[in-house]
Amino acid sequence: MERDELKSIIESLLFVADGPQTLHRIGEVLDPVDRPAIQGVLTELQAEYESQNRGVRLVEVAGGYQLRTAKASADWVKKFLGGRPARMGKATLETLAIVAYRQPITKAEVEAIRGVDVDGVITTLLERNLIRAVARKDVPGRPFLYGTTPEFLQLFNLKDLAHLPTLKEMEEISLPEIPGEAFPIDHLEES
Amino acid sequence: MSTRVQLEIFEGPLDLLLHLIKKNEVSITDIPIATITEQYLATLDLMQSFNLDVAGEFLVMAATLIHIKSRELLPGGNEEPDEDEGVDPRAELVRRLLEYQRYKEAAAELEQREVLTRDVFVRATAAVEEAGPREFREVSVFELLGALKRVIDRLPKDIAHEVTLEKITVREKMTMLLDRLRNESRVIFEALFAEVKSRMEIVVTFLAMLELVKVRAIRISQDAPGGEIVIEAAAGMEEAAELVVLDEAEEKQDGA
Repeated sequence: MERDELKSIIESLLFVADGPQTLHRIGEVLDPVDRPAIQGVLTELQAEYESQNRGVRLVEVAGGYQLRTAKASADWVKKFLGGRPARMGKATLETLAIVAYRQPITKAEVEAIRGVDVDGVITTLLERNLIRAVARKDVPGRPFLYGTTPEFLQLFNLKDLAHLPTLKEMEEISLPEIPGEAFPIDHLEES
Repeated sequence: MSTRVQLEIFEGPLDLLLHLIKKNEVSITDIPIATITEQYLATLDLMQSFNLDVAGEFLVMAATLIHIKSRELLPGGNEEPDEDEGVDPRAELVRRLLEYQRYKEAAAELEQREVLTRDVFVRATAAVEEAGPREFREVSVFELLGALKRVIDRLPKDIAHEVTLEKITVREKMTMLLDRLRNESRVIFEALFAEVKSRMEIVVTFLAMLELVKVRAIRISQDAPGGEIVIEAAAGMEEAAELVVLDEAEEKQDGA
């Protein structure tokens, strides 16, 4: 198969694909074309869309490849689609962040961090399929342990969980301390 | 300023404290406890004067602040940790604030990413297939039994010696099915029995499914007569799941 032909076919597959497609899945369809060749074409396509400043981009998200619109067209696309607001409340976002970084985590553990009840928020996140129960914790009551879903990765344009923005160390966050009054932080690390 | 705004600004006592700390331009690790406590209580008063239902968590935090403040008023109270209490309440508060702030910042960072359906979009998926909500119909008991028979018929005929006595309870199967639906959101009836090997297990699985329909944890439907029978999580799945677990625990207790 010619490289140009391969590129054209892969582009077609990505166009019709429902959700991110793994290299493995594309490879299955294009058998016997080898994976490095497909990978090469994907990288090439990605670079082309980028360098030509095209309206669609090929992004690596949730373990696969997906065509997405360019960020610069966002306002027009929104207008075209009828502008459904996709805002996520602070409570929802914070809870989601805690689950994402601390998964698997129980509701009670999330509540301990946020200092408030998260019942409703957890339900919303479950309904939106952004988190799911992954197991039960072996403590009295056997509460559910929650983790994020592939939809979470898609929502925030993440390749995988390893690509979550690095969580700042506690020390980095603390504001400049006033000399002489410094609180012993290492003492806190114990818990 | 409307009362609503007040509520939305502070997600909880920690959020309110962080706000006050920032407003006073002080460090989390060096909170001027008297000032912050005073402002915290004033905000609570304000919230209450708006007739807001101040959540219990806010009051617990108020108590903690007052406790810390009173400790520090005592001579030497700042120095030696009280042995009766174990954890220094101030150190514990600082730890919680730092940890909460950490995730608050993480949330802010997530929000700055290219968010799907806000900054970037994907092609409207399967526009042809799912132009409108698919018409689902309820599956009759007879159709379910027919499907069950097909599953049983598919079992290899040559099981001459079914000696292994597997103890799979209906409740265990219920839990398994719920777990599966959490991962897959919908399961085709036949797929439910894909790895089932004995007639007994088929029956147990089938009963578990019926039980879950009864408690409204799942929904069974079909897109056309004779079409695929689909099992989906229903709105009350999580509550029902909790009940299943409770019953399970009770059963074990009774058995003991």
